[in-house]
Amino acid sequence: VSRSVCDYFFEAQERASEAENVPPVIPTPHHYLLSVYRHKIFFVAVIQSEVPPLFVIEFLHRVVDTFQDYFGVCSEVMIKDNVVVVYEVLEEMLDNGFPLATESNILKELIKPPTILRTVVNTITGSTNVGDQLPTGQLSVVPWRRTGVKYTNNEAYFDVIEEIDAIIDKSGSTITAEIQGVIDACVKLTGMPDLTLSFMNPRLLDDVSFHPCVRFKRWESERILSFIPPDGNFRLLSYHVSAQNLVAIPVYVKHNISFRDSSSLGRFEITVGPKQTMGKTVEGVMVTSQMPKSVLNMTLTPSQGTHIFDPVTKLLSWDVGKINPQKLPSLKGSVSLQAGTSKPDENPTINLQFKIQQLAISGLKVNRLDMYGEKYKPFKGIKYMTKAGKFQVRT
Amino acid sequence: MLESSKDSAKLDAMKRIVGMIAKGKNASELFPAVVKNVASKNIEIKKLVYVYLMRYAEEQQDLALLSISTFQRALKDPNQLIRASALRVLSSIRVPIIVPIMMLAIKEACSDLSPYVRKNAAHAIQKLYSLDPEQKEMLIEVIEKLLKDRSTLVAGSVVMAFEEVCPDRIDLIHKNYRKLCHLLVDVEEWGQVVIIHMLTRYARTQFVSPWKDDEVVEEYSENNFYESDEEQKEKDQKVKNTYTMDPDHRLLLRNTKPLLQSRNAAVVMAVAQLYWHLAPKSEASIVAKSLVRLLRSNREVQYIVLQNIATMSIQRKGMFEPYLKSFYVRSTDPTMIKTLKLEILTNLANEANISTLLREFQTYVRSQDKQFAAATIQAIGRCATNITEVTDTCLNGLVCLLSNRDEIVVAESVVVIKKLLQTQPAHHCEIIKHMAKLLDNITVPVARASILWLIGEYCERVPKIAPDVLRKTAKSFTNEDDLVKLQILNLGAKLYLTNSKQTKLLTQYVLNLGKYDQSYDIRDRTRFIRQLIVPNEKSGALSKYAKKIFLAQKPAPLLESPFKDRDHFQLGTLSHTLNSRASGYLELSDWPEVAPDPSVRDVDVAESAKEWTGNLDKTKKEKPTEKFYSESEEEEDESASTSASESESGSESEKQDEEEGSSVDTSGSSTSSEESSDSESDSKESTAKKTSRAANESVSENIKKKAKDTSKKRNTSNSSDTESTPSEKSSSDSKSESDSKSDSESEKSKEEKQVHDKKASNKQDVFLLDLDDFYPVTTPVAAPTAAVLSTSLTADLEGLCLSNSSVIDVTTQVAVPTKTHELLHRMSGKGLAAHYHFSRQPSIFGDGMVSVQVTVTNTTDQKIENIHIEEKKLPPGMRMHDFNPIECLEPAGSITVPMGIDFCDSTQMASFQLCTKDGRFNVTIQPPVGELLLPVTMSEKDFKKEQGMLIGMNETSATIAVALQNSTRHVIIERVVKAANLGIVPSGQDNIHRFAAKTAHSGSLVLVTVELKESSTAQLVINTEKTVIGSVLLRELKPVLSQG
Repeated sequence: VSRSVCDYFFEAQERASEAENVPPVIPTPHHYLLSVYRHKIFFVAVIQSEVPPLFVIEFLHRVVDTFQDYFGVCSEVMIKDNVVVVYEVLEEMLDNGFPLATESNILKELIKPPTILRTVVNTITGSTNVGDQLPTGQLSVVPWRRTGVKYTNNEAYFDVIEEIDAIIDKSGSTITAEIQGVIDACVKLTGMPDLTLSFMNPRLLDDVSFHPCVRFKRWESERILSFIPPDGNFRLLSYHVSAQNLVAIPVYVKHNISFRDSSSLGRFEITVGPKQTMGKTVEGVMVTSQMPKSVLNMTLTPSQGTHIFDPVTKLLSWDVGKINPQKLPSLKGSVSLQAGTSKPDENPTINLQFKIQQLAISGLKVNRLDMYGEKYKPFKGIKYMTKAGKFQVRT
Repeated sequence: MLESSKDSAKLDAMKRIVGMIAKGKNASELFPAVVKNVASKNIEIKKLVYVYLMRYAEEQQDLALLSISTFQRALKDPNQLIRASALRVLSSIRVPIIVPIMMLAIKEACSDLSPYVRKNAAHAIQKLYSLDPEQKEMLIEVIEKLLKDRSTLVAGSVVMAFEEVCPDRIDLIHKNYRKLCHLLVDVEEWGQVVIIHMLTRYARTQFVSPWKDDEVVEEYSENNFYESDEEQKEKDQKVKNTYTMDPDHRLLLRNTKPLLQSRNAAVVMAVAQLYWHLAPKSEASIVAKSLVRLLRSNREVQYIVLQNIATMSIQRKGMFEPYLKSFYVRSTDPTMIKTLKLEILTNLANEANISTLLREFQTYVRSQDKQFAAATIQAIGRCATNITEVTDTCLNGLVCLLSNRDEIVVAESVVVIKKLLQTQPAHHCEIIKHMAKLLDNITVPVARASILWLIGEYCERVPKIAPDVLRKTAKSFTNEDDLVKLQILNLGAKLYLTNSKQTKLLTQYVLNLGKYDQSYDIRDRTRFIRQLIVPNEKSGALSKYAKKIFLAQKPAPLLESPFKDRDHFQLGTLSHTLNSRASGYLELSDWPEVAPDPSVRDVDVAESAKEWTGNLDKTKKEKPTEKFYSESEEEEDESASTSASESESGSESEKQDEEEGSSVDTSGSSTSSEESSDSESDSKESTAKKTSRAANESVSENIKKKAKDTSKKRNTSNSSDTESTPSEKSSSDSKSESDSKSDSESEKSKEEKQVHDKKASNKQDVFLLDLDDFYPVTTPVAAPTAAVLSTSLTADLEGLCLSNSSVIDVTTQVAVPTKTHELLHRMSGKGLAAHYHFSRQPSIFGDGMVSVQVTVTNTTDQKIENIHIEEKKLPPGMRMHDFNPIECLEPAGSITVPMGIDFCDSTQMASFQLCTKDGRFNVTIQPPVGELLLPVTMSEKDFKKEQGMLIGMNETSATIAVALQNSTRHVIIERVVKAANLGIVPSGQDNIHRFAAKTAHSGSLVLVTVELKESSTAQLVINTEKTVIGSVLLRELKPVLSQG
């Protein structure tokens, strides 16, 4: 396959106004180009014949994840710098177009990720970053865990992170609201531990997807997560709390945005306030809004936090920080429109981000975590957090 | 530097070379230097050299050969990873000369101990195939071998190779089908995707459609299905026999379901398409939830998933309706996602949700993304045509949009309004007028053309405006787009015809303009119209019709989803995404009308049995039974049974009780639904009442089963006349049919369909099977008299049957005792309890064996692992086939396993040890003599002939007192048959009952005669070569008859 196939891709990329709009599947006369867009980089796969497209896309995402895992960030510079490692990793991940090893645990055994320390050591000793001893992990009963893991501090942390996806309409009523949750784990345990995690209220979980390590039968029958964890960070499960259950929206947004037909000035006012937060503070609030193209500039004064308006992308962002229930943060001011253009038909939608620590908005609670199979007593920790996912307020 | 002796220098050089490759520079001139390093000890250098080799070996074939010996050496390396990677590189070097070497390497690797190496061998198969397709045959052999591999690591890769090399060789899959289904959950995720896709195709060719009951498919397929059948009664039968799913089909669905929870979107999608294409419609909806979950992930995944949902939602709206809100559009979505979501929303629209949807659409219309806004307008248009209630509302809304400032929006609404108006043009003059006014402002050609068309079409309704419009457009004619020009011409022509007074000059002016237009299309049109409408001498005839031609009623266009035509592609495939055939796309075949022989999949279990002697038909009988068991337990929730047989028979008797009620009326009248046997038995009734009665008894069981079968399916049509159950018996009968029942039931559906194909082969046991299936009403448990046998057969089978009647043949069991014997008590077995019973089925493990079902129960609260058999202490000549070790038994779980024992026709005990992980227990099995027999059928004549040869020494007899209640015929038969595995021989006399069987090991005949005498005594005679068996059997039968 020559490089020229990529030309089709570049062509399509040029045609699309925004990077987001590049179609993921592009047919060319002899090949098919499948691409993913992440971290402002396109990863393109060339396909010769029929294959489930999700198969390829999922794999590309996995590749990106792996790069990120290896290099910390996945940027163009990083890939250029580590071209050799990239090649080696790809070599291990793919064989003749069929995915081979995609678990980062195993990959890391085959090819050690570069760290600053190791680079220094390598230059001095002349050793390499390819694993000296070839691992046996691939063959163990548990393909996602390598054997012979040792830690002095045995710890297992679980983060229950829930994201609220919501669309709120003009009048403040909720159009849709869903909770998407994940349990991310950081497990550093010696040996081959067998963990079980049980919930106080497993019924809440409407739809779940597991890391392959979770024993499905056990979940079906007892609603208990039983698994031999991979080493290090991994996503244990992600779940979905359906829209049928009422979702408590923890914040509200009052807005008053109006453009007048005659003058080139508009009014702009936003207030954010907490609602049903169960006594927890709402932190990290960030309001962003894509202004219509005709907006020239905005003169705004926030009661707290900082705001930026980028006149090129027309993106307004306001970093609010914590919400103090006594003194609600607000952003007021005027919008100046391009002279001569008519007022925009649609008010901009407001995207909201926030975080609430120590609260799972769905009410999910982990009951207990038990470990079998190893003798020592691990340190266990569970953290809850609620975040805004795709939280939009239409105005 | 590559020549350097130091590894670090070499490494550095290699890194640079790889960097060069990455940048797209040609590094091929370094080839010789690089190849030298292939033997390097340093692993990293080696790896980089591999990278380099794969890139350039094809260009420099001769030099690449230098490296091959190194790989060959590496293939023998003790480290599996080195072996694997050597194989990988070797197969990646695309040099035709080394094909034989590769072939050899693959063959060796596929019997490697390490599954990892085997996995790589599977990958190498594809590479070799693409290099040299002529190796196909050899490669298929390798694939076949690898398919048998039990490692989960290999499964995915080998199926991939299978798909690549020989996707049409579905016969290779048969034997591995069940294994693949079971392994599926444990296979790594990429493999899962491939396997699921392959199994989808496989299932489509191997199972009948589960959609038969559904209304959509029904008419088409049923007509199709039955047209081929010649016989009317068969039709009736099949109508009655509603679809029962093949257990293997069910197995596939059951095993893939957990994978919906996979974190890998590709797997979820694969399962979704599997359910879509294979599952009954009611079950397919479970995938909706998981698909909706995928919408949370990356935009590319969203894109593909939404596309698939769009296709699904067209066909089955209900599936995604609960998730309507998940498809609401966010302003941050990329346009393609928005459009797809919109598409789905439109598909899902119905009377109930349309109002909320329209409100939602209103928001979208105002979106800043104009492309999306335009798409929304089209969506509104589609909703309006599909749901007549809201058409007016939509139209009003769209008209409001006409005053929108954005041109694209307006233009789009005009086009949509035009389409809508066409569907109901009656009362919308106002709108047309309004649009005419708009004409001045709108510049988008499509919209202008639409307006002009509208005005032209309905110019009679707006008589004043139309000429005015024409005047205006005529002025600007030269500046218009081609599309608009054509419409101006049309408008002119139409006006000319309807209102020629006002417009004659204008039209002619327009036509003149058109005549000298640059576009030939327009010139053509002009000429055409002129000839048509302007009257002159030549074209008088045509112009009469001009009005008709121009002002004919035009059919309204249908607004259809662009996803409508995608459904013929398999979901989740590239072709589906592109809506065009991708290379290598394999069409999903239609459901077969008749299920192919399911037995081809059966062998895999028996494979492990080394002593398996390969009686296919027997195996076939055995295996589905087991499957069916576990099935019915789970599905019907028949109380997690500790012993399968017990619960089974329990539930059965219940059902039969029900049955009893309905069949009381008809009891005694010996009829069956089959016409042939019906008439036969009528004529015979007078002469051979007893005979038919006897036959009835054996038949009654089946009829009950049949009836139960049908009543279970709520299909009571003319089943009433098939029920000829002697009601007083049914409760006692019910005990005696635990196994046989499930057996016949599971088979019936499948094999009925094979009957025709198989008819040709008149192997005897096949014949018997056919008999079972073809006439489920008469007798799956075949113990009929010859007379009944022949009567129940239609002409084409009659010959076969008669030729058979003189042959003594092993038949299926008449009754199966439910009595279980204790093998190991739970106290002495440390919580492990074991029971056994005789299933009276021909053993699958070998001739001469008696099949024993051992039920192992775990009564502890811990898992018991590795239950198996050891230390067999068998008397000489006795053989035993162990059950497969049970890996793990959950607390309170129980499992039934088959084993086979050849008792050598003696009643000596078989003693062995039942071992678990932490204990071994001595146990013994002692067979009742009745279980050492296999029933045979023969005619009365044959019986007497054989009996005549077995007299003297070979005859044992006794006179016994028979309890009064035992003196009726059917009670005797039932009791005898329960006590010993005997086949019933028809008897011409009222008071003599005959039974026949042969011993399992040696096959010697055992003939039993019971002759009732006066004053409730009976003569019991047993003739057999095996005198010991004879006397023991006599001893055992005595109490059976004398006791009450």
